Amino acid sequence: MNNRDERILLGHGSGGRLSHDLIKDILLPAFANPALAELHDGARLTAGGAKLAFTTDSYVVKPRFFPGGNIGKLAVCGTVNDLAVCGARPLYLSTGFIIEEGLPVSELREIVLAMRETARLAGVYIVTGDTKVVEKGAVDGMYINTAGIGLMLPHVDISARRVKPGQDIIVSGFLGDHAIAVMSERHGLTLPEKITSDCAPLNGLIQAILTEVPQVAMLRDPTRGGLATTLNEIAADAGLGMILEESAIPVRPEVAAVCDILGFDPLYLANEGKVIVFVEKEYSEKVLTIMKKDPLAASARVIGTVTGQLRGQVALRTTVGGIRLLDMLTGEQLPRIC
Amino acid sequence: MRLTVEETGRAARFFADGIKRMASRPVRIMEVCGTHTVAIFRAGIRQLLPPEVELVSGPGCPVCVTPNEYIDTAIACSRCPDTVIATFGDMLRVPGSQSSLMAEKAQGADIRIVYSPLDSLRIARENPGKKVVFLAVGFETTAPTAAATVLQAEQQGLENFFVLSAHKLAPPALKAILAAPDSRIDGFLLPGHTAAISGLAPYRFVAEEHRVPAVVTGFEALDILQAIYLLLKQIAAGQPVLVNQYRRVVKSAGNPAAMRVLNQVYRPVDTVWRGFGVIAGSGLRLTAAYERYDAAAALPLVKAVSREPAGCRCGEVLRGLIVPAGCPHFGQSCTPEHPVGACMVSVEGACAAWYKYGQGRWHYE
Repeated sequence: MNNRDERILLGHGSGGRLSHDLIKDILLPAFANPALAELHDGARLTAGGAKLAFTTDSYVVKPRFFPGGNIGKLAVCGTVNDLAVCGARPLYLSTGFIIEEGLPVSELREIVLAMRETARLAGVYIVTGDTKVVEKGAVDGMYINTAGIGLMLPHVDISARRVKPGQDIIVSGFLGDHAIAVMSERHGLTLPEKITSDCAPLNGLIQAILTEVPQVAMLRDPTRGGLATTLNEIAADAGLGMILEESAIPVRPEVAAVCDILGFDPLYLANEGKVIVFVEKEYSEKVLTIMKKDPLAASARVIGTVTGQLRGQVALRTTVGGIRLLDMLTGEQLPRIC
Repeated sequence: MRLTVEETGRAARFFADGIKRMASRPVRIMEVCGTHTVAIFRAGIRQLLPPEVELVSGPGCPVCVTPNEYIDTAIACSRCPDTVIATFGDMLRVPGSQSSLMAEKAQGADIRIVYSPLDSLRIARENPGKKVVFLAVGFETTAPTAAATVLQAEQQGLENFFVLSAHKLAPPALKAILAAPDSRIDGFLLPGHTAAISGLAPYRFVAEEHRVPAVVTGFEALDILQAIYLLLKQIAAGQPVLVNQYRRVVKSAGNPAAMRVLNQVYRPVDTVWRGFGVIAGSGLRLTAAYERYDAAAALPLVKAVSREPAGCRCGEVLRGLIVPAGCPHFGQSCTPEHPVGACMVSVEGACAAWYKYGQGRWHYE
């Protein structure tokens, strides 16, 4: 991004290749330090002898209310999950509200109550915050930022460096539900089956996995950019390849149908209640057993393996027996013409 | 009926083995439709074919064949005061001569993504002080819905709704390809969704006049494999005919109701295709009764001089003369992040598919 006339495009926020360029070209050089350089979902820090994880995220979802949640629930889940996939026990959250003048107070109250309920479920406290009100038109209704701090679980080391050839790749359930739920609400799509967002705090599930299987090498929640982009990031960080089995990847038929119509690929759709686990084959059955006891991961499956081939790339074996590359998302996924 | 994973695998092996058996000489098959191109890459079908069977993309990606002049006109519309552009998402990133709709949006133009032409009517109703221009791009599949939208605008008495039509008809482009002296296509995979509207009759000339086998096909991986199998059977037998592989959707007579609406609102005109030039009778323009909905006539447009990007070989890709990797821009100065031509932008574009699914990059085992 060296061109003076270049502008920020929506694609720079999509979590795909343009977002990566933005981070690599502008943010990383400006703020360079070892904790940031890890580029995990949160920074892992040491303070006063304690090993901590620290993360922040902003939520600008439109519409603010969607099947299965609202912007407040999302803001708590997102930050809790980012801490959890670092291998930390989330403890405290902050919240910053940027509110457009004219927003109904009843709506704010409903969103805040959802935050309270989600924090209670996740066992975290919202301990500090900030509120700004801006002129009508300056923001679209309301945006929320949350930051969170958690205590790293002992004996756990979650890192792309620990991903090794032969490890299984497990996904905790159906992909793409959140993106399709939000999109159907945003655009008034009438779907034959209502699709609900998977938005949920995963720290309980992840803690159960890490307590019983501390050998887990890597965790990540496939939010923006979806499964494909997340796996590409890990493949690039680990310098290894991955081969996935299309027939094993859980996608609801109704989500697949909407994707067919709009020209989306479910493997690139955002999720807000899913986790990807990398673990040695000998432990994957144990991880699956723990997952399947939790309603949030009842459809968990092994979807592929890590390989020493295809370095830095992710490939998919299709149902008809072909193999194709799963690249990172480029720009936004936009609905097509036909 | 949905096949199980095992049944799908078995059927795929049956067709792939049959194709290998019958491929005794090199054959070039054109997948006319961009949706087919993407489906072929997504399913990894190229790897299941023997080297004798070559697949080339055709002119069936509506974004790809839309000339720069149209994008420039759409941008000029977006710069008119109090104007809202309603468009399908894949038009946003297509580069025009100097800008793109995405870049205009980033600079403040009111450009909204719609999922159906009817969404643009809602925008027009909700914004009576603004002129709403729907970018009507697409083949027979989408044109009837756009036509029905114009009829609804009339019924609702909306005076602030307009269309900028770049609608095109698929068969004239096939005629142009078959008539070209450098064309060497041994068989066509024909788009199931356009035939579902127009019926089979407009495609019969391929086999009857040009003696080239053709199969109307669906978009599942197995549909495409079966269609290639059926094409090779015809090629081996030397008896070209039009086969309808997609009978579960495509009726021989098509969808007469959709065609009636289409013919009421639009009339065929000569129009420019990117990479082809003018193709007779291949475009759709509003009929006299509906001309008042034509954005190009209704808005005070200040247009840049249109030019196609220098050195871009999208045109040859769209005519099946070269594969995307044959273009010197491909993967170098032309990538999805910085596209030179529309074929690298559209989700159905041949260059985008070649780049995204990395021809030759995915070898495994």
